[in-house]
Amino acid sequence: MTYTGWFVEQFGQGPGWFLANLTLILAIAFPVMVGVALAVYADRKIWAAMQMRRGPNVVGPFGLLQTFADAAKLFLKETIIPTGASTGVFLLAPMISFTLALVVWAVMPFDAGMVLADLNVGLLYVFAVSSMGVYGIIMSGWASNSKYAFLGGLRSAAQMVSYEVSMGFILVSVMMYAQSLNLSDIVMSQKGNVLGILNGNIFNPLLFPMGIMFFITALAETNRPPFDLPEAEAELVAGYQVEYSSMSFALFFLGEYANILFMCALIPTLFLGGWLPPLDWAPLYLIPGFVWFLVKMAFMFFVFAWVKATVPRYRYDQLMRLGWKVFLPLSLFWVILVSGWLMFTGHFVAAPGVL
Amino acid sequence: MAAFAFYLFAGLLLTSGLMVITTRNPVHSVLWLILAFFNAAGLFILLGAEFLAMLLVIVYVGAVAVLFLFVVMMLDIDFKALQRGALKNLPLGLAVSGIILTEVLLVATGWQPGQGVIAHEALAGPPEGMTNTQWIGSQLYTRYFFVFSMSGLLLLASMIGAIVLTHRRRIGNRRQDIGTQVARTPAGTLGVGKAGLGQGVEL
Repeated sequence: MTYTGWFVEQFGQGPGWFLANLTLILAIAFPVMVGVALAVYADRKIWAAMQMRRGPNVVGPFGLLQTFADAAKLFLKETIIPTGASTGVFLLAPMISFTLALVVWAVMPFDAGMVLADLNVGLLYVFAVSSMGVYGIIMSGWASNSKYAFLGGLRSAAQMVSYEVSMGFILVSVMMYAQSLNLSDIVMSQKGNVLGILNGNIFNPLLFPMGIMFFITALAETNRPPFDLPEAEAELVAGYQVEYSSMSFALFFLGEYANILFMCALIPTLFLGGWLPPLDWAPLYLIPGFVWFLVKMAFMFFVFAWVKATVPRYRYDQLMRLGWKVFLPLSLFWVILVSGWLMFTGHFVAAPGVL
Repeated sequence: MAAFAFYLFAGLLLTSGLMVITTRNPVHSVLWLILAFFNAAGLFILLGAEFLAMLLVIVYVGAVAVLFLFVVMMLDIDFKALQRGALKNLPLGLAVSGIILTEVLLVATGWQPGQGVIAHEALAGPPEGMTNTQWIGSQLYTRYFFVFSMSGLLLLASMIGAIVLTHRRRIGNRRQDIGTQVARTPAGTLGVGKAGLGQGVEL
């Protein structure tokens, strides 16, 4: 009997379904929040190690509780709303940021069949929610009624819209290989897809450049260094977050890291074979898929932190040039190349709807 | 459940549509417009057209409305001047809306379903074993290929128009030339001036 089926039997159709999904949502949201806390800690530790410092090491064993202490400090502070602010929009913006960062996890397959909503347009759902993420930032920038915040919000809107275009084309080339928009199907299509033994689109020479570009685009989409122009502290103080304090700031911060973690989970799903082991070799399947997934996620997060610690920030015009003049033509060309290759090798013959 | 969801989405859609035209602050109206798009996407999902719903959110909410918001935030609107203009043009506005209202009433009372011109017979839902997305793709690129290409050409024309408008020479437009910026040297930009007491430096 399925998990939802048991609840439906106990409490009836409507309430049972509701309760089952509520517990499942909590079972995703709570670990994501704990994951965010640990990710912040890991980020600071990796960053410190690369700069030959110790990083947080006082609160709790190895400084593990540092993030929780910071969170407690933030939640106990006073919420300040600037006089000139548009109050409703000002308070709504961090909520939108945080909610969207959590909502997007609904379609993420952690293991075979371990997914809350197995949508057949899962990839488009991810794309739609991540494209809505810009509203949290642009609304906070406008509602703060402050020059720095406004500039940060405008920069962010331009940046995210620009990089979404090439991100869409990268996703198109992945979904042409998988012939599906469902994230579980995309993972399963990577089983032994290269030479019959390697699992993962990244090992495919045609998709390898797309994987690298997707990683860079993910950095730009999550406003991570070297693309953290919206909050560039050297020039804009903290960009759109200038006027936020306590809870509302904490929501922005949590949402930002939840988004980063999501990107660290999405890249393995699309390019590294998701919950599958890297090699299509029976003994490796003894390790549960969930563990493989977490290992890949942790690896991706390390790479994110690595980039943050080593690469200097882009100038704004360089960022725009990279997005529009390099990534967009390249990804557009690559879509044509990939579809031509797939057509040539007869990849689409079995697809439904082919004439 | 479906009925409840329909009334929820439809009600929110109409309310936010109403708020778009009644709110005084233009940025707030754009935000209400975004909520309206979002609820329309919800209605598409209820119809089983999940691909269209996601596309609506991606294109309209994720891109078009962001640019709207971008433009509206930059505008410095003088409401007093707007209201003065509104009073002057009131008779003309009333006349136009009166004509439209009469036309709509004529059409709404005279129209009977199923008597219009049928360009194509309506298609049944997607065949067995085909998802929504695959079905739309297979119809769009075969049966409706010419219509699809024509709309593509229309978009191309508007795109070229926008690019030409941005790239024409304008007076007072300061373009960034990376070459000149990189080629700057201290000799061309720095100088030491001596400021006399109570006077400035001539630049």
